[in-house]
Order: sequence, then structure tokens, then C-alpha cells
Amino acid sequence: MALELELAPQLRVVAVGHVDHGKSTLIGRLLHDTGNLPEGKVAELQRVSERRGAAFEWSFVLDALQSERDQAVTIDTTRIWMRLPGREIVLIDAPGHKEFLRNMVTGASDADAALLLVDAHDGVSEQTRRHSLLLELIGVERVVVAINKMDRVEYAAARYTAIRAELTGLLERVGITPAAFVPTCARDGENVAGPAPSMPWYDGPTVLDALLALPAAAGRSDGEELRLAVQGVVRRDLQRFVVGRIESGSIAVGQQVVLSPSRRSARIASLEAWPPNGRVTARAGESVGFTLDAPLFVDRGDVVSDALHPPALATAFRARLLWLGQRPLAVGDAFRLHLGTRSAQVNVTAFERVIELESLDRADEKQRASTNDVAEAIFTSPEVLALDTVSRHRGLARFILLDGIDIVAGGTVLAALGGAAQARAADVVPVGHLIGTEARARRNRHRGAVLWFTGLPAAGKSTLAMQVERRLFELGYNAYVLDGDNIRGGLCSDLGFAAEDRHENVRRVGEVAALFADAGTIAIAAFISPYRADRALARRAAGGAFHEIYIKADPEVCERRDPKGHYRKARAGELDGFTGVNGDYEEPLEPDLCVDTTSLSVDEAVEAILRYVDDRLPV
Amino acid sequence: MNLLDELEARSIAILREAYFRVAPLCMLWSMGKDSTALLWLARKAFFGTVPFPVVLLDTEMELPEVYQFRDEIAQAWGLDFRNELCPPESSIDPTLPPATRAAARKTAGLRELIARERYRGVIVGIRRDEQATRAKERVFSPRLPDGAWDVKHQPPELWDVYHTDVPDGHHLRIHPLLHWAEVDIWRYTEREQIPIVPLYLARDGKRYRSLGEYNITVPIESDAATIEAIIAELETTRQPERAGRVMDHETEDAFERLRTSGYM
Repeated sequence: MALELELAPQLRVVAVGHVDHGKSTLIGRLLHDTGNLPEGKVAELQRVSERRGAAFEWSFVLDALQSERDQAVTIDTTRIWMRLPGREIVLIDAPGHKEFLRNMVTGASDADAALLLVDAHDGVSEQTRRHSLLLELIGVERVVVAINKMDRVEYAAARYTAIRAELTGLLERVGITPAAFVPTCARDGENVAGPAPSMPWYDGPTVLDALLALPAAAGRSDGEELRLAVQGVVRRDLQRFVVGRIESGSIAVGQQVVLSPSRRSARIASLEAWPPNGRVTARAGESVGFTLDAPLFVDRGDVVSDALHPPALATAFRARLLWLGQRPLAVGDAFRLHLGTRSAQVNVTAFERVIELESLDRADEKQRASTNDVAEAIFTSPEVLALDTVSRHRGLARFILLDGIDIVAGGTVLAALGGAAQARAADVVPVGHLIGTEARARRNRHRGAVLWFTGLPAAGKSTLAMQVERRLFELGYNAYVLDGDNIRGGLCSDLGFAAEDRHENVRRVGEVAALFADAGTIAIAAFISPYRADRALARRAAGGAFHEIYIKADPEVCERRDPKGHYRKARAGELDGFTGVNGDYEEPLEPDLCVDTTSLSVDEAVEAILRYVDDRLPV
Repeated sequence: MNLLDELEARSIAILREAYFRVAPLCMLWSMGKDSTALLWLARKAFFGTVPFPVVLLDTEMELPEVYQFRDEIAQAWGLDFRNELCPPESSIDPTLPPATRAAARKTAGLRELIARERYRGVIVGIRRDEQATRAKERVFSPRLPDGAWDVKHQPPELWDVYHTDVPDGHHLRIHPLLHWAEVDIWRYTEREQIPIVPLYLARDGKRYRSLGEYNITVPIESDAATIEAIIAELETTRQPERAGRVMDHETEDAFERLRTSGYM
């Protein structure tokens, strides 16, 4: 069909950057210079300007809303279709003002590529940084940069080069490699769609050429692992058609698929369509209906995958998000999560960091996120969630958070946590103990607990753990130390020291310690456990029985002690990722007890811990 | 997937989200090319049967061919069709310019319908490329109890993770065609062989590019007697689609005022 062959792939481009750096002007000019304005539009706007006694500006083309003309800023995204030879471009004009950030991300989340504008005179601004960071969060990785208003810097090549260098570094830090940098004077159309007589030193593409050169939309990919979030089940006569959109991968009649989080499997029995089309396969991006060959209970929120590559199952996850709520985001907050087609309750159990805009790096001292901050936090859910990390599959890593009926955040999953145990949990039927926690506590005359000792290497964790264990034993408590020596040799003998293995090691210790506590014993876990997220998981495993005890010591003091010679080796480059030298340690924000071994003797420190135990654990 | 497949898949996904998450729900149908294509997409999304009421906000001033089309299609497609008579012109604010009164009647009719049926969702076939204020729309767009659109405080809408909760008494306008352009609708209508009101096709050198009430819609000069010819015409024209809709042009902000007060 000739009709279909003409349909070139569409490219949706969001224009972002600081307010007043000239986005709307550039778009208005681009439309005009490519013959994409409706007949009489410019004349009409010129008449309107005259009536208002103001000079005509190219941005009026887009700022069609009354309120926008009055304020001369774009308050919401608008779209405009550009027909070009061989390609259709939809321009999404996003507002630059900080208070309209929600509209900027709305525009960006519908885009395949971005056009980032920077004023040549004013240079990189806070909003330039913020928008760069948000492009990465939203997932727009193809970026053309226009260094605009070159007339304000006398068309100086040096100024262009300097801004280009600064932006290259900035974008690299957020993981974006720009496709092109173009010096422009949008008002005069220079390097927009036509040549730039004022900048003979520049021999690169115009903005239009740079956009046209971008590869076709990445979109959904057939080649990846299958993901389909079930939207629901449509009943037709006696049949139940499962419906959803294929996020990635493809499905075929006869194919074995797995549903998550139940992890039950079945085969695709038929693909259903109206009018019937007889197809037996469907590809990424398609909205499909299908039946299964087994009478499984399928519901909205389930995720369909192939058997070998299912999504992670998690009761907790680490996420990066844009906080849009009016009040600050902090530990303890509860939200409704929407991820894929699933909705679930989540709580913030650990606040990790706010991304600081000046350096686009982490700002650890902030303990809460304010409106428009990009932050990282750990969320937990009472339900098992099927999800992906953003580096693996974007589709099922994206979520929004609702506070009541207000949408307060959008974000992506960086890591799935609490998975392995939960993966099996779905198939495990819990067997209730006939002896309750209280009965054990009465017999032992104390409660079970997890005393979690965290701190730098050589802070004194193991020394104190062994002393505390002996003293508790002497006082009639059941206590037992879990440390590297008795865990690494058996339970975790399959784990090394890579980051993932260290997370898993701590997770297992957390689970085992929780069982000890449940059995009525005081488990003393002595592990560096440098990450808040990992400790938050351990706390989650043991619930109210968990006590975080920060064994604090100055880094210099620890390095001087160095009983195992690890600091020396790390300094010599023989140990990678050694916490304290070339790995990060995240201090507890609110430990249940802090014991400073720089100022306290071993006996004093032990006494402090015993007092803590004696206050809380006896029945 | 080509462009039409992509547009179709997205619209079907939106219709299904609306159906599974918003109730009670209805769809507006004006018998125009857009809402008829939308109706077709709804049949595809739900395997031949539209699972919610389909409503015409009737001013009794549509062209006769339009009413004939309504009766034929409603029967042939087995729709749960509801003809909703709008309040008479005498009940409308007399200071409104004459050409916007029909729109004001529809706005009032829709408000009454929503209040009576307690609809939480109304599916509407508007597109972003039609008109500047529609370009700002969300796919799931919340409306205040009086139907008003608070364009300055729209919630964010991220990826295709839609937010569908509104307070009691408020409702959502759901826009599954927002990402389509006029020419896409024609290409899709041609590909899928969707029936259209014959007034869109040229007769004696004139055709309707956009269908509104008979007293406020004028045909354009055109020789496009087939859909293929319409597509060719759209490839070259620089005339806006709604140029023949008098109500849009009475004052500079006529259409924006209509929309913020609850028009589609």
C-alpha cells in the first residue's frame, strides 16, 4: 500500500532549558523557516501584538494561551507538528520555570529526544543542570544542544567552545552524550534551519539538520526480554482475554510464559483480535489480547515474561525520583505506588540522598527532599512487587507516587531489594509456630533481639561484640555473635567481595539474625554494613527486635589501629573497594545507640551497650 | 510497527486503562471523523463490543447527513447509544457571541449528563494538533465539579503510568486520540475502512473539513472526493483544520474560554 510506505517514523523532541534562554523563539522560528506555520498565523499574531502595543516576538506562535502572553513564559507543555521531507517531528515546548517543573517532565516523558537551550551570554544555569538531570531520570538520552543568543556575545567562537566544554562534562556526569552542539541566534534564524552568516567559524549542522540526523525513535524493542503488564481481563462469552501492551520482546502462540509475582507459568493458547486477523505472533509496542492454556488466576498488575528472564520480585527497592510534593519527603512517609499496571502501598524506610545541582553529585547531609529535588530513597512494601531496574528494562522500572489523590513523585527503580527470600515466599505456605514470642521471652526472661553493630573497619565492632557476648552470657542472657568468621565460611561461602555480593552477604546475615531473635536469642551481628539501604533491609527482617548500634571511631584512629593490616593493603592498592579508604561508609542517621570508641575505653563501651540491653530486653 | 500501528496501540492501551480504572465511564460521539475513529478503536480494544455508553450531546442542529449516519452506525455496531438533548439556546448566557452558543449548550448538556449519571470518566476524541489549547491537554485530564479545566494547575503525567484518581464530584476527561494528527486519522480511516459522514468528501467543488452545527460551520473549497485525495490535500494545505468553525474565531481567546469552562 503506497499509503503506508509514506509514513516515515515520527520523532518527538522536547525543548528544555532555562526560562528566557529562547526555547519558544527557536521553535517559532523553526516552524516559520520550514514552512510549517498555518497561513496567516504570523500576520495574525503581528496584528494582535500591534493591538496590545507590544513588539511581535516569535515565541507568540506557541504561547497561544492568554495567560502565557500576559506573563511571557510557557506554563504548560504544548505540541506542534512539523512536516519535513522524509520525517515528521513533533516539537514539545516545555516550560523553563522552576515552578512548572511538573509540566517540563510531563513533556519530556513523551519525547524521544531533547533540544536543550543555553543562553550564550548567561551560560549554564541551575535550570540547565536541573533539566539535564531530569532528562536522564525520564529516560531521554538523545540530546541536541543549542547555544543560543550568540548575538549577545558578538558571535564569539571562544564563548561557544567554553560553554560546549562545560556542558559536555555536565551531561557526561548524568550519563548523556549530546548528539550535537549548535551555536544559534534563534531570533534571526541563524543556524536554526538556515545558514549563519555571522558565525563563519562554525561548520557543523543547523539545529534542523542535527534533529533530522538523530536515529529513529528507540521506543520499544523486539530484541529484549518479554515484558507485558496485564491491564485486565476482558470477558467475551465464555472466554477470558488477558489484555495489555507489550513493553518489550514479543509473544507467540505456544510460547511458555511466566506470570509475576506468582511465578506461575502457562502457554499462550491464542492471540485474540477484532476484527480477527489470524496472527500468531505480536511484537513490542502492540496492544494485545490473548488466552492461556491453563486456568490460572490472572489479574491486573501481573507481569508476563518468558520463563528464563522474569522481572525481580521485591518487597523493597532503591529509587531515584523527582519530588513534586508540597511538603518535604522524609522517612516514614506512606504512598500509593503505581508501577506498570500494579498499584501498591509503599513506605519510605531510608532516605539516602538529594542530588545536589551545582555538582550533580550526591548531597548526603540533607535528610529530606524539598519540592523539585531529585532524591534517592529506599521504599518497602507489604506486598511482593514484580519490577525491573532502570538499567535492565525501563518500562517496569518507572513509577509514580500518590499521596492521597495527588501525584507527588515520578521515579525509576535503581535496585530491587529483599527479593530472593520473597521470590520463594509466594509459593511457601507459612506454618504457624505453636510457641509464641512471648512464651519464649518468659522462659528466657528476656526478649530476643538483633544488636546490629555497624562501623568502619577497626572501629572495634568485633572486639566489643565478643566482650558483650561474654558479659551477657554471664548475666544469664542467651547471646550469640554473627561475624565475618562464622558467616563467610559457611552460609555465605559462595559470595565474594564485589558490591553485589556484599549486599547479599549483609542481606543473609540480616535474615539469619532475625531468625535468632525470633528464636529468643540476642544475635550480635558485627558487620561493617556500609550502606543504609542494606541496614534498612536488616531492620525490616527483624522488625521491632532490631537495634542499630553505631560503633563510631575517627577514620584516622581506625587506620592507626589497623589490627588486620587491611588499611595498609588498601593504601598500597592491594584491596579494592575497602570501606574507609576507597569505599564509602554511610553513617547511621538515627542509630538506636552510638558508642564512640575514640573517646571510650573498651570496658566503658561494653558497659554502655550492657546498660542499653538491660534497659530494654528483660521481661 | 509503522506510525499508524504505534498510534493505534497507544490509543487502545489508553482505552483499556480507562475501562479498568475509571467507573462509571462513557464516551462522547459527535459522528465526526475523529470520534468515529475513536469508536472503532474502542471496538478493537474490547473485541468488537463497546463496553460503555456512547453519548451524543445533541443540539438538534447537526446536518441531516450526520443524523442519518448516527442512526445507521448505532444500529450496525450494536452501541449502547444515548442521545442527550442539550438545554435550549434560551437558557444560555445571552452575552455570549452567537457562534459559541451551540458550544455553550453542549457544555451545559455535558455538565447535566455527568451530574445525573455520576460519570467519573468521559472519553473524548480531541487531538493536540487541532487547536493550541488542546495541545496542552493531558491524556487523563481532571475536571472540577462544574466541568471547568484548571489549565494552570494540571497534574504531571509521566510516561504511560496514568493517574486516574479524582475527588468525589470531579471527573476525568480521557483523551485517547491526543497524539494523533488530522492526517493520521484520515490515513487510519482509509486503512481500516471506517465509515464516514459523506459530507467530508467533495461535491460540486466543496467539502466539510470539520463538522459542526449547520449554522456555524462552512465547507471549504476542495475537489477531494476520496479519502486518498483528502490526504493529498492535507499534505500541502497551510489552512488550519478548524478554519471553517466560526466559533473559534470570534474573539482572540474564544476557544480557550470555551475550553476552560468545560467544553471538549
